[in-house]
Amino acid sequence: MALGLSVIFGMLRIVNFAHGAMFMLGAFVAYYGAQLVHLPFYAALIVAPVVVGLFGLLLEVAFLRRLYGLDPLYGLLFTFALVLILEDGMRLAAGALGSPYSAPPSLSGATNLGFTLFPTYRLFVIGVAIVVCIAAWYVLERTPIGARIRAATEAPVLVRALGIDTRTLVSVTFAVGVALAALAGVLAAPNQNVEPTMGDKIIINTFAIVVIGGLGSIGGSVLTGFALGLLQTVGAALFPAFNDTLIFMLMIIVLLIRPSGLFGSPVAAK
Amino acid sequence: MTTALLGTRRGAIVAAVLLLIALVLPKIVYPVLAIDIIAYALFAVAFDLLLGFTGLLSFGHAMFWGGSAYVATILIAKVHVSFPLAVLAAVVYAAVLALIVGAIAIRRQGIYFAMITLALAQLQYFFAYQLGEWTGGENGVQMTTGRGTLFGIPLENDVAFYYAALAFVALGTYLVVRIVRSPFGAVLGAMRENEQRAIALGFRVDRYKLTAFVFSGTLAGVAGVLFAIGNRQSGLDGVDWHTSGQVVMMSILGGIGTIFGPIVGAGIFTSLEHFLPNFTAIGDKTNIVMGTIFALCVLLFRRGVVGELLATREKRAKA
Repeated sequence: MALGLSVIFGMLRIVNFAHGAMFMLGAFVAYYGAQLVHLPFYAALIVAPVVVGLFGLLLEVAFLRRLYGLDPLYGLLFTFALVLILEDGMRLAAGALGSPYSAPPSLSGATNLGFTLFPTYRLFVIGVAIVVCIAAWYVLERTPIGARIRAATEAPVLVRALGIDTRTLVSVTFAVGVALAALAGVLAAPNQNVEPTMGDKIIINTFAIVVIGGLGSIGGSVLTGFALGLLQTVGAALFPAFNDTLIFMLMIIVLLIRPSGLFGSPVAAK
Repeated sequence: MTTALLGTRRGAIVAAVLLLIALVLPKIVYPVLAIDIIAYALFAVAFDLLLGFTGLLSFGHAMFWGGSAYVATILIAKVHVSFPLAVLAAVVYAAVLALIVGAIAIRRQGIYFAMITLALAQLQYFFAYQLGEWTGGENGVQMTTGRGTLFGIPLENDVAFYYAALAFVALGTYLVVRIVRSPFGAVLGAMRENEQRAIALGFRVDRYKLTAFVFSGTLAGVAGVLFAIGNRQSGLDGVDWHTSGQVVMMSILGGIGTIFGPIVGAGIFTSLEHFLPNFTAIGDKTNIVMGTIFALCVLLFRRGVVGELLATREKRAKA
């Protein structure tokens, strides 16, 4: 089920606990949008990322920016604090129990793929995931903006010396990353309950994916995400009790054989 | 600066004051809370050995804390092993677990180290969840039988158990102080400051890291056992990743790399968490308040309570 989501998450290279919370916020924006103004699902796919993205931008400019010069661990810790605040905030606002959110009727039911019946909604999620991944890959690898972003993450001082405003660049990149997390949240909403802790479950899997796939390789993360999605589907059928542990087992094996991850280069991993 | 308090007269005074507070603590707050505080204090000190003195952020320390808590309570409640033997088994479990996890995790650095420890802790969490027959799943393990005795002293009374636990905590803290001040501790510090240089000087940093990790994990296990037996139960809370986050918060709140900081941090944190819900205005917003305090701490007072105090003193000494 996490197939599409793992991919989107694995691709975000910022290590950030708050992404789980943003994922949850995205789902809630969709839920409240539907409850209050009858926001249709397709509109929510656009509105939620924009709203949460702007929220992320605000966070970045107001707080996270102050932590850049320091050990990256402080950023990690700050986002952990954010998770506590946001999760509890949403629990107060919406209650601890999940609320159902349903996909539009046009996407419910199953599609016959010839060899097997597959839920239409999952096909849709996979489709969106592929489109988003290709788009992100294209922007990062093939456009001038992407080149600047990559340069700014690798050598911020040099890029600034060249007259490029790295602060804005980083802010926007962060906002887009957060928006993607929110998009994943909306996509996940119909498959599971919309609840304050829904982000927790996904973020740790994501961490494992990033470790397995290796840093600095979007393709690696995407492939790993897909492979793990498959593994979990197969694993759910074979040994249901230990399905959740499979991903971590795999992570251990990969670390023992290739410490820098399947697709990472040893240098980038340092 | 990090060791500014150790080995000085002022350090001895601070240690004495803390010990004095610890001795009268069961008179101030009720005994089980006092046990919680000192157990968390040892947990935070053990964690700080890794973060403050070795420069490794583990985000999975709950696995030692909660894991050995399970081992001890299961052995006592279900296998009816005697108290000292159960504690010993639990501590051995924590040590072996730390050895395995450490050997895997030290292959990566910085944020990856944190993520790997987190993922491995989560692995144990899922096992604990699935092995409900032993761990009781979401209900946890209840110790219906007594705590037993230690060297002939009955531990049924909460105050008696508190002082027995305090002995362990004091001993554990003393051990960490000795480690930090030993030549071994100096190498850990060198690795934290400049790992490349430590390698160039011929130190096998992986071995040092692993040793520090095992020490830290084992002590966290001791703390977890004290907590679990003090509360007469263990559960999924103990191995959950929020617990790993809490010990980070305690250490940062008190001041990492200061030994006494994490103790103070654990005291503040546990008290806040306990007393905040009593205010009706705060009530169920406890996590929001705690999160805000911690966020502010990370943004503004990164040195923590004790760290800031030390820094002010140093500034005054220079002026």
